[in-house]
Amino acid sequence: MDLFGAHNDPRRSRLLEHSRFRDLGSSRGIESAISWSRREFLRAATGATAATVLSAFSPLRAMAMRKGQKAVVVTFGGGTRDEETFMPDGQENIPHLLREFVPQGTFFTQVVNRGILGHYVATASLVTGVYETFNNFAAVSPENPTVFEYFRKELHRPATDTWVVAPSNGFGLIGESGHSSYGAGQGAGVILPKRLLAAAIPTRDSSGFEHLLRDNYESPVYAPAMGVSDAQLQQMAQMLKVSVTDFAAHARSLRSPDELSVYVARQLMRQLAPSLLWITLHDIDVAHAGTYSLYVDAIQRSDRLCAEIWQMIQTEPEYAGKTTMFILPDFGRDSDTSVGGNGFQHHRTGDAYSRTTWMMVRGAGVRENVLVDRPVESTDLVPTLGSLFGFSPDLSHGKVLPEVV
Amino acid sequence: MAARPIQVEQFQSYPPQAKQLAISNILLLQQLPLSFLPLLLREVIVYDWKFPAERDEIDRQFRYLGSLTPDQLSSAMRAFASLKLSPELEAMDWIGAPFRFSERLSAYLWATHQIDDFGKVAEDYIKAFNNAVPGAPASAPRMGIAVIGQEITPTGYPLFRKLRPHGTYFSHVDPRSSYKLLLDTVAARTRAHPAPFAHWCIDGGPAATVQNNQVTSVAYGSLQPVRKALIRKMQQVSASQAGVEALRTRLAETNPAEVGLNHPTDDPVLSRFAISILTEGSGTQIYSTTFVQWSVREALRRAQPLTLLARFAPRQTEESADEELSGIQQPTILDPAGSLLDADMGAYYTWINLQRLSGAAQSCFIAWFEGHGEAVAIAPSCRPGTEFHDQINLAEILSRIQSTG
Repeated sequence: MDLFGAHNDPRRSRLLEHSRFRDLGSSRGIESAISWSRREFLRAATGATAATVLSAFSPLRAMAMRKGQKAVVVTFGGGTRDEETFMPDGQENIPHLLREFVPQGTFFTQVVNRGILGHYVATASLVTGVYETFNNFAAVSPENPTVFEYFRKELHRPATDTWVVAPSNGFGLIGESGHSSYGAGQGAGVILPKRLLAAAIPTRDSSGFEHLLRDNYESPVYAPAMGVSDAQLQQMAQMLKVSVTDFAAHARSLRSPDELSVYVARQLMRQLAPSLLWITLHDIDVAHAGTYSLYVDAIQRSDRLCAEIWQMIQTEPEYAGKTTMFILPDFGRDSDTSVGGNGFQHHRTGDAYSRTTWMMVRGAGVRENVLVDRPVESTDLVPTLGSLFGFSPDLSHGKVLPEVV
Repeated sequence: MAARPIQVEQFQSYPPQAKQLAISNILLLQQLPLSFLPLLLREVIVYDWKFPAERDEIDRQFRYLGSLTPDQLSSAMRAFASLKLSPELEAMDWIGAPFRFSERLSAYLWATHQIDDFGKVAEDYIKAFNNAVPGAPASAPRMGIAVIGQEITPTGYPLFRKLRPHGTYFSHVDPRSSYKLLLDTVAARTRAHPAPFAHWCIDGGPAATVQNNQVTSVAYGSLQPVRKALIRKMQQVSASQAGVEALRTRLAETNPAEVGLNHPTDDPVLSRFAISILTEGSGTQIYSTTFVQWSVREALRRAQPLTLLARFAPRQTEESADEELSGIQQPTILDPAGSLLDADMGAYYTWINLQRLSGAAQSCFIAWFEGHGEAVAIAPSCRPGTEFHDQINLAEILSRIQSTG
């Protein structure tokens, strides 16, 4: 059987046009070519400057460092390809990232995830700075300390100062690790909006909420949410200053689980103003259903929600002018021509396209209109946050990104 | 390599032809490493329900492996043998349940960062055996046709963007051109090149449109009772809180009789194929566009047909799908606009998968938006990246692509 190898790959041909002198015979070569072509398109579209011509250590950050530093991390999940974002045909899907974020931020064009490409375990790797290896579908905590635990322990921050808003019930244990030096009670609170919603509405009245309660796109059936008592629900509602009735009523007006997550994040920012807030978007993973249109819709929605989160940061006094926002996908999806895959639908092959993504950084002290071409890893986020806040994530395997701090 | 203590009795649960195949090759099986053997057995155990092209591939693998001297076999398997497996994997019933083993193996290889190595080793092996014992060339140039049904409404979305660079784009196809012409074309090819499972029609509509018993026909609509039965099964497994992996395994083990596919006139090979589409495919149970795309992919990969006609029909909205999965009876609402994008991508993937088969350079392909004037044709007789804006009918396009095809 002709395996539709490299010589027949139309995407590869397109990359070759833009990457004549690059080594496309290796996985690293492909990653580099992906980055190169994306950079060229972006440069043409935005006129951005290559960071490599600047000093790696900018005085801007030191000058901009201030008391009250905050960070909002948004994972542009779950699983987004170049084809539908930064490649020419995809740029129409991300107008906010292209027109607002790239010109006003620092853009890392080549963020490689060398870990397991399952959403929970990959996000756990992002929050620990170590490629976690547990079963993606298991209800376990990350093995290594999370950024939230480093943050709280070293900076003596209270539990209310860091939160995770996560899309799926499977993310419930992502706030703190099983590490013996950290662990229970030392990490971030995790809010699972779907679990709140499921608890807020009687089972017999779930009609009209199905689109928000779908928990896992790898499984086509909604599994009932477990584990939230009435007392916990009331406590959470009190904390967010929203009644259970209002919460359910508002949810009914929303189109997607990610919109529910952003709604909850807004309440968190207003009521508790956490210094380190992690929002995990996940609508894009609807691609597993094989419906390209819904996948593209979700990318467009995520792009819009990122802009809304940025606006929230600008309009909340606790955040305006002192917040750094990070946006990055957890990983990509399979290329159209990967033999073992089915294109955008899944992320099962581990090919270079599914491992190569990007990161956008915007906010106080961050250089504007800058592209960083060199390859970095998704595990570099945690040390970078450590450097930003002033804590040392000693067990992380990543490296600080000097272009940000 | 030390021989594995495999006994004839261990294949008692295998269907007749699979058992015969395994037993007749038992000395060879005993020599194969555990990172390879169960994957071969996963194919063998369903040998009785394989298409002729698949059987040929398994037979060729045995001929290839059986032709090697002990040293050559050891060399061919060295890279597989060097992969490190866990004692838990080794202890599994990998003869009786090779499918479960391969799922666990996959998860283990990801967790231990061996998945990339495995992918490369597998690809090298496939190349080696195909070079050593090549399959027979296609008996005629293959033809693939993807139709976007006329019920799908145009929206201004630029169709066939990904296909146009590879062939000729037609902007004014006579809207009176008939789908029946394509059915007649398939029927004519069955007469010219008769062979089992060599000519397929896959329809996303309410019922099969082909009465010719030489054509293998699969339709989303006619499988509705099977889909409903599977959705009920999904709901039951899901309600038991067994988890995503258990759901996947339980679905993969579905027996045709369990979901009503045990009529005496049902072809057992085709029934198994239909079950696999609905149990191994994601989204195939609820979206007709996904059903067609995945069926096409699997038919091309497994049956390697000479002719394949696929027709995309409107799928239901995400809301309707959620209601169906939740067991709520509501009138189905269709999403013609979203279906257009899905079908456009499905047409592109149809062509990619056709290109993976032998004789790709001689194959011909048409994607046609029924009743709406647009088509693209890819064939040796069509110059890549060209456009044709004069009036033309479908018969003329068919004639063009077959002129040297």
